[in-house]
Amino acid sequence: MKTKLFGRFVVSLALIAGLSGCGGIEPWVKPYERDRLADPIMALDTDPVSSAYIQHVYEAREGARGGEGGAGGGCGCN
Amino acid sequence: MNFPRGILFLILALLVLDSAQAGVLPEDRADVLYHLYDGGGVEIDGPSVLVRKQIGKSISIVANYYVDMISSASIDVITTASPYSEERTQWSLGLDYLRGNTTMSVGFMNSTEPDYDASSYSFSVSQNMFGDLTTLTLMYALGDDTVKNTNDPTFEREIDRQSYGIGLTQVLTRNMIASFNFETITDEGFLNNPYRSVRYVDAGSPIGYSYEPELYPNTRTSNALGTRVKYYLPYRAVIEGEYRYFTDTWDIDGHTASISYVHPLGPLTITAKYRYHDQTGAHFYRDIFPRSEATNFRGRDKELSPLTSSSVRLAVSYSLIDGARGWGFIKKASVSAAVEFLQIDYHEFRDLSTGAGLGAEPLYSLEADIFQIFFSFWY
Repeated sequence: MKTKLFGRFVVSLALIAGLSGCGGIEPWVKPYERDRLADPIMALDTDPVSSAYIQHVYEAREGARGGEGGAGGGCGCN
Repeated sequence: MNFPRGILFLILALLVLDSAQAGVLPEDRADVLYHLYDGGGVEIDGPSVLVRKQIGKSISIVANYYVDMISSASIDVITTASPYSEERTQWSLGLDYLRGNTTMSVGFMNSTEPDYDASSYSFSVSQNMFGDLTTLTLMYALGDDTVKNTNDPTFEREIDRQSYGIGLTQVLTRNMIASFNFETITDEGFLNNPYRSVRYVDAGSPIGYSYEPELYPNTRTSNALGTRVKYYLPYRAVIEGEYRYFTDTWDIDGHTASISYVHPLGPLTITAKYRYHDQTGAHFYRDIFPRSEATNFRGRDKELSPLTSSSVRLAVSYSLIDGARGWGFIKKASVSAAVEFLQIDYHEFRDLSTGAGLGAEPLYSLEADIFQIFFSFWY
């Protein structure tokens, strides 16, 4: 059941990915409106060396793991 | 797992073909960190050095060297073994290749300690889309561990690990960004600890119980779904919320949530964070079993017990060199310090070090102080 749900989730994201080629969607936050998103304090991973360490600390002491992301893509506003 | 794997590779192929706009590689940066963990009779400290450098316009490489120097007299160790010291060394290398709006990344990690070796290979691809408001990332990693036993040089067991991840980062408004991540991890092999024991009721023993080696299932599959939202406040400060739901085939269900506040103050950036984690226990976990070999699988690893953990973190970062001034080839530099107070309350793991009689032992709880100091340079 969980695997089926995961499959549906992936297919939905694949459709979103496919749509990216259509180019019909206007960005609703314009490039000149991204000054706050570009502020270093808004970065999804401000200090990778520190976050990797603390994630390791939690993982060693709790039964849960994963889901923290490798999706740190940012806003493309540099 | 063949179904999602096939779809994942199909999407990977689509993403690699779909590139029209220009993406951005991570910034060139070096960090030198010292970490210290002190709690529950365990002290772990050591360095971590992370260096990232762009080569040409489309490649960025990253390297990390990390050491844990461990001195352990934990509750497990003092009740069933002898205190020990050991060192774990980990290094990793990664490469990001930017092509149009697509970033492809490969990574390798190796970790060695006297009785455990681990290696992993990872591949991911990220695609920026919708005017750079959306980033979709797909990730696959393959891990290969070797479990050893310092008391038995002939002992060697393997673990194979596979990890599949998908992530979406979305700019929601000019003040808000969110990310969603889903990760499935499967393990197969020798998953228990060769030293750890479980206890069982034994009327023949003067203390009322005896020990026998733990025995885990040799497979585990976990799913984790995490989300993060960052919001830029009306003044220059950020509030961040994070939540993760975790579930696995060992019947551990976990909820993790945190809230952070980041406030710059001149050359200082102050961060405060509260994190909470709650989980159920593994189906084969017991603090004490009714008899020897009472169940097919058995474990008494406190991390598999139902538990609640909470922590408070305070961090301060001070800008030594800012972007306007620079210093030689260094554009920016900062020094940061962070302290975190962690408390874990175990709901089914009793403290056998108190000498209380069988059934009267208090539940164990752990308090730890975690300290980090690091220098960061951007060039």
